Amino acid sequence: MARSALLGSSLAKKYWMALTGLFLSIFLIAHLAGNLQLLDMSPDGQLKFNEYAKFMTTFPLVKIVSYVLYASILFHAFDGILLAIQNRKARPVRYVHEKSSANRTWYSGQMALLGTLIMVFIVLHMKAFWYEMHWGELGMDSNGNKDLYTLVAVTFTQLWYVVVYVISMAVLAFHLLHGFSSAFQSLGANHPRYTPVIKSVGVFFAVIVPIFFALIPVWMFINA
Amino acid sequence: MGNMKLNLKIWRQKGPKDTGAMKTYPVNDVSEDMSFLEMLDVLNDNLVRKNEEPIAFDHDCREGICGSCSLFINGEPHGPGRGITTCQLHMRKFKDGDTIHVEPWRSAAFPVIKDLAVDRSAFDRIQAAGGFISVNTNGNLVDGNALPIPKVDADTAFDAATCIGCGACVATCPNGSAMLFVSAKVSQLSLLPQGRPEAKERVLNMVEQMDKEGFGNCSNTGACEVECPKGISLEHIARMNREYMVAGVTKK
Repeated sequence: MARSALLGSSLAKKYWMALTGLFLSIFLIAHLAGNLQLLDMSPDGQLKFNEYAKFMTTFPLVKIVSYVLYASILFHAFDGILLAIQNRKARPVRYVHEKSSANRTWYSGQMALLGTLIMVFIVLHMKAFWYEMHWGELGMDSNGNKDLYTLVAVTFTQLWYVVVYVISMAVLAFHLLHGFSSAFQSLGANHPRYTPVIKSVGVFFAVIVPIFFALIPVWMFINA
Repeated sequence: MGNMKLNLKIWRQKGPKDTGAMKTYPVNDVSEDMSFLEMLDVLNDNLVRKNEEPIAFDHDCREGICGSCSLFINGEPHGPGRGITTCQLHMRKFKDGDTIHVEPWRSAAFPVIKDLAVDRSAFDRIQAAGGFISVNTNGNLVDGNALPIPKVDADTAFDAATCIGCGACVATCPNGSAMLFVSAKVSQLSLLPQGRPEAKERVLNMVEQMDKEGFGNCSNTGACEVECPKGISLEHIARMNREYMVAGVTKK
């Protein structure tokens, strides 16, 4: 009983969904903070960013956290798919006429679809940069670091890439718009004094973070 | 009599194993003062006069307290309007010439018995799994008023206790989840001192039964809270999540 209560049950799946989701949200802040350095497109900015990229791929503590991150992404996706399958099974015969707009936002009912789109983006994104940084043939900058900066700058001269990034960040925004405050509810944090604050922070987070992420490729495309 | 003409599209299904289909019924002479159920009574009366099989639907008290009347009307449980059951829905909510869709609750855990009537005994089994308190009945009862209970707790417990187990939460949830119902039953007891001794077991057993019945998982869309005829709050779901987590971690 106690085992399934923390692993297999419907509520347990939601706890893990919430915990991994919140961890991924924290990661977004760290990832954004680091990548905003890309906005500095001077030769000095290039060297600084490459130095930072080297640190992020070699410093042991960061490496440990990054493994936790990979596991979280995979678990969040796997758990999400499992939940979505169970939820579909819970209503084998669909309604002929359903007015979902009467009682919920469209994105709160489409978390699995939004999540799948984000997963596609992550694969594309990691192939473009993470894979190249670890196993690709990258040139060196004048400090002898792998020149990830130039790879990013060249990638974002392609319009379609920029468009895919901007659309993906819009998808992320809607995923977070529901996901952020939803995670707190799943973990049982609901209080008349704090829940309105959590909801406001959630909306702010869901709008600001994706906008800044989307700003990077757009900025680099314009200033290329 | 009334003067509204309506076009009803109603789910007809002969029995649990029949596939069923939507069927169209025109109804004339509908008064705007009729309740939705009275309008169906008129339709059934017409069907019986024509020697056709009347439409099966659940109803009992017809004053919004028993939770029997179900019906997914125009895409919402208990139709348009908030804080009401189907028997409290009046035809003045509709316009002359409207087409109205009427479907049964859709959930793997609520199989259709016939037409619009579904089997909601899954709720009874969840309730039986833990929705009670054990008390002495040998004459040594403690006076309930002897236990001090904070006013806020008493009110919140009472709010939870207003759940009539109608199943609208399940019907409207995109995931077919029964979390609002189960959390109301858990909260109602766990907020009061009489419910505390069995609180951990209760939440674990009721959630286990909920999962067994094949209800979906909560994704916090909040649709249930909007459609609940008794206005049961999502705060109860959060309380159940807390109680379950603590019980899961600490139960021996």
